[in-house]
Amino acid sequence: MTRTALTGNDAVAEALRQVNPDVAAVYPITPQTEMMHRFAEFVADGLVETEFVTVESEHSALSATIGASAAGSRAVTATSSQGLALMWEMLHIASGLRLPIVMPVVNRALSAPINIHCDHSDTMYSRDSGWIQIFSENSQEAYDNTIQAFRIAEHMSVRLPVMVTLDGFIISHTMETVDLLEDDEVRKFVGDFEAEYSLLDVDHPITVGSLFLPDYYFEAKRQEHEALINSFAVIEEVGKLYGELSGRKSGFFEAYRLDDAQLALVVMGSAAGTATEVVDELRGEGKPVGLLKIRLYRPFPTASITKVLARIPVVGVLDRAIAFGLEGGPVYHDVRSALYGQTTILQSFIAGLGGRDITPGHIRTMFDILADAKKRGKADDKTRFIGVRE
Amino acid sequence: MSWREMPRGSVVPKGGTATEYKTGGWRSNRPIHNKETCVHCLTCWICCPDSAIVVKDGKFVEINYDFCKGCGICSKVCPTKPSSIAMKPESEFKK
Repeated sequence: MTRTALTGNDAVAEALRQVNPDVAAVYPITPQTEMMHRFAEFVADGLVETEFVTVESEHSALSATIGASAAGSRAVTATSSQGLALMWEMLHIASGLRLPIVMPVVNRALSAPINIHCDHSDTMYSRDSGWIQIFSENSQEAYDNTIQAFRIAEHMSVRLPVMVTLDGFIISHTMETVDLLEDDEVRKFVGDFEAEYSLLDVDHPITVGSLFLPDYYFEAKRQEHEALINSFAVIEEVGKLYGELSGRKSGFFEAYRLDDAQLALVVMGSAAGTATEVVDELRGEGKPVGLLKIRLYRPFPTASITKVLARIPVVGVLDRAIAFGLEGGPVYHDVRSALYGQTTILQSFIAGLGGRDITPGHIRTMFDILADAKKRGKADDKTRFIGVRE
Repeated sequence: MSWREMPRGSVVPKGGTATEYKTGGWRSNRPIHNKETCVHCLTCWICCPDSAIVVKDGKFVEINYDFCKGCGICSKVCPTKPSSIAMKPESEFKK
């Protein structure tokens, strides 16, 4: 193990270097740019054997990655925000073709107005695209999740693309202490890539991406759904094995001081670090608060979340994206489904859009609102926007 | 076939499967070849997007109606005056 200081982008680039994928097809976009810039240096310096394809757009980046993957190689790409939006149609093709592509996504707000900073609106719009989505709290998790993503994606009962997210600038450009595994440990952990088929194998011709009309499209999608469901067991197992190797646990989520909590907040990404601090402060003041940090967002671990949250009287869910036209953000609605039929009082919060800081004060405000909801015996019908100029 | 038995990712485990998909059913206008005026230049054969013009020994033989979608390109590109391929509504052939 090597302890070093890296930004989130560099930590992910380091993970990719250690994995040494066959192909990387990328296009630069802030705040992802430095990640694949760093990786391009590894290619130039001969530290990886990766074929590095510089393409003319993100649509092409994922298209080339899909082609490389279907040709039987371990293929990666990376993006942010508008880049992910431009990949939209290819996202569904990657998952529909069941290609085990790994794609780090540096979370950034969507235009308009133009913004380069963090929120989760980009990845939220791809939550139903059939990709596995794993969120990271810091550089260390971004590194750990990237390595695990290969093993999850390539598992024979999964074979699905995996998105690993890290918050733009807050994680991607912030230098933090990161413990790196040794190169040979990582290569052994991910193993050799075994393609199921290769489009380039002319002795065994196959057809990829053919037409499935009303006769079989439904069956194809039903099977794809099953792959997502199968991935729960694999993600759990890979997390366990990675824990044994690294000493760092990775579950579907992390429950922090929830056991005797009366008020709990559900968060994803970097805000979990801030929220953990505030939970400790409030506990110090004798307040029974706790935190649930979701790591695995798709597939959504509904049953496990029901189990940990159902006995907590008041739960707030912090979304870093708006589900326009609907009260409550996307994560709120998933948690609400998990708690359907329970007596839990549930409150939706939206904060941190377009890189607006989510401060300890904001988290305190959220817990105050939850305490008030407990007193009143009900939450607000409407989303509470925290940190916006009213 | 159950969704459980289907090849993963909708991969068809062989090549050349387009020949098994008969696109002729889409046709609303049928090309009719005139053997008397055809000069066998084979421009229609070059231009047909569905390879539906059947050629043998350098001569136009027939149109493969299993794949002809009735686009009419063959009729348009034919250099004879009038065209040696006439487009007729499919309704004229219905019994």
